[in-house]
Amino acid sequence: MSFLELRHISKSYGEGAAEVQALKNVDLFVDRGALVAVMGPSGSGKSTLLTIAGSLEEPSSGEVLIDGVGLSTMSRNDKARVRRRSIGYVFQDFNLLAGLTAAENVCLPLELDGLSTKRASAVGMAALEELGLADRAAHYPDELSGGERQRVSIARAIVGERHLLLADEPSGALDSTNGEAVMRMILAACKHGVAAVIVTHDAQLASWADRVVFLRDGQVVDQTLPPPTPEALLQESSHRRW
Amino acid sequence: MSVRHAILALLSEGPKYGLQLRQEFESGTGEVWPLNIGQVYTTLQRLERDGLIASDEPENDGPQKGFHITDAGSEELSNWLNTPSDMTSPPRDELVIKVLSAIRVPGVSVHDVIQVHRRYLVELMQQWTRLKEDEADFDLTFALVVDAELFRLDSVVRWLDAADGRLKRAASELQPASTMPRIARRLVVRR
Repeated sequence: MSFLELRHISKSYGEGAAEVQALKNVDLFVDRGALVAVMGPSGSGKSTLLTIAGSLEEPSSGEVLIDGVGLSTMSRNDKARVRRRSIGYVFQDFNLLAGLTAAENVCLPLELDGLSTKRASAVGMAALEELGLADRAAHYPDELSGGERQRVSIARAIVGERHLLLADEPSGALDSTNGEAVMRMILAACKHGVAAVIVTHDAQLASWADRVVFLRDGQVVDQTLPPPTPEALLQESSHRRW
Repeated sequence: MSVRHAILALLSEGPKYGLQLRQEFESGTGEVWPLNIGQVYTTLQRLERDGLIASDEPENDGPQKGFHITDAGSEELSNWLNTPSDMTSPPRDELVIKVLSAIRVPGVSVHDVIQVHRRYLVELMQQWTRLKEDEADFDLTFALVVDAELFRLDSVVRWLDAADGRLKRAASELQPASTMPRIARRLVVRR
């Protein structure tokens, strides 16, 4: 069973002649430990798909299941708990709270979830250390570089017992070195069993995923096939001559 | 890419013999581009003929015959490194021609044709990315080669994305209601 299941999801905004259909009958399944990228141009419905998967928005029709449980069957409080405990969000513009240090930003969701400040701080520091940010823990967001801010936001998204990571253009404004570092972190989380979905228009980012799903005008039009082994690629390139 | 200049670059580090040059060429390109030994010896003969390298033992024709770079060779290498590669010719890429052709073929969706190629390119990129995933095997020259391949493929995907968007906009502008100037439309209604 997939950890995240989107079944026949449609979403429209407005009514009558002004109605815009953002998603049309989209199916998406993401297993534990898998990284799926959703690629498409602006306006293809990528971000809507992510907010619906993360229970931040309701679909017009269709069902979202997280760990086998339909979101539509949950009470408001249960959904809020799932969002807080199971789902980590990474946004293009980081969404860090300016008045809190890097460590406080990472610990906040744990404290909101009832963990003691001391325990949350220990878990948060461990997450920052793992991402190579221990020495930046006491800095405020405006004292961090873009790459560091995004790493803090990833630490915040994966801290605790999160099982689903949802990232919208996670390396949007970063250079390719920082973008690669961000993808390595997401991949490391997947190796620990986290199911992850990134939406992006960037093929280099998407190429880190196990599977790439292509969205066009709100519909899934295609997806990549399981890749052959790297050895096959090297064999192929060994036929090439200068 | 010039094997000739790559060999001059390797000899600029010091004298070497043929087999050694082949091994260093291959490891210097992240083991991605093999070179056959015949090609190495043919290139060495030509470089020697042109005075860009010289043999330490002219009478020895065996595999241990060593070569060093000459002053003319060093100058040639420096010129090559500092001369931008020719990128001025107009693109006559097969993919570009396929997309341009797809626009004209009745019953064919150019967007579907673009998607077939986009998916293929992204699948290739996934394979290259997987190669650099394992940091334990990190090798600087190999990483540079993989990045070069990823950026090359990425540029083609970006062109496909841009073409897709441009064609979509062009199609919507060709709708009768929007292509006809507003005043002309009013005139039609009055008649």
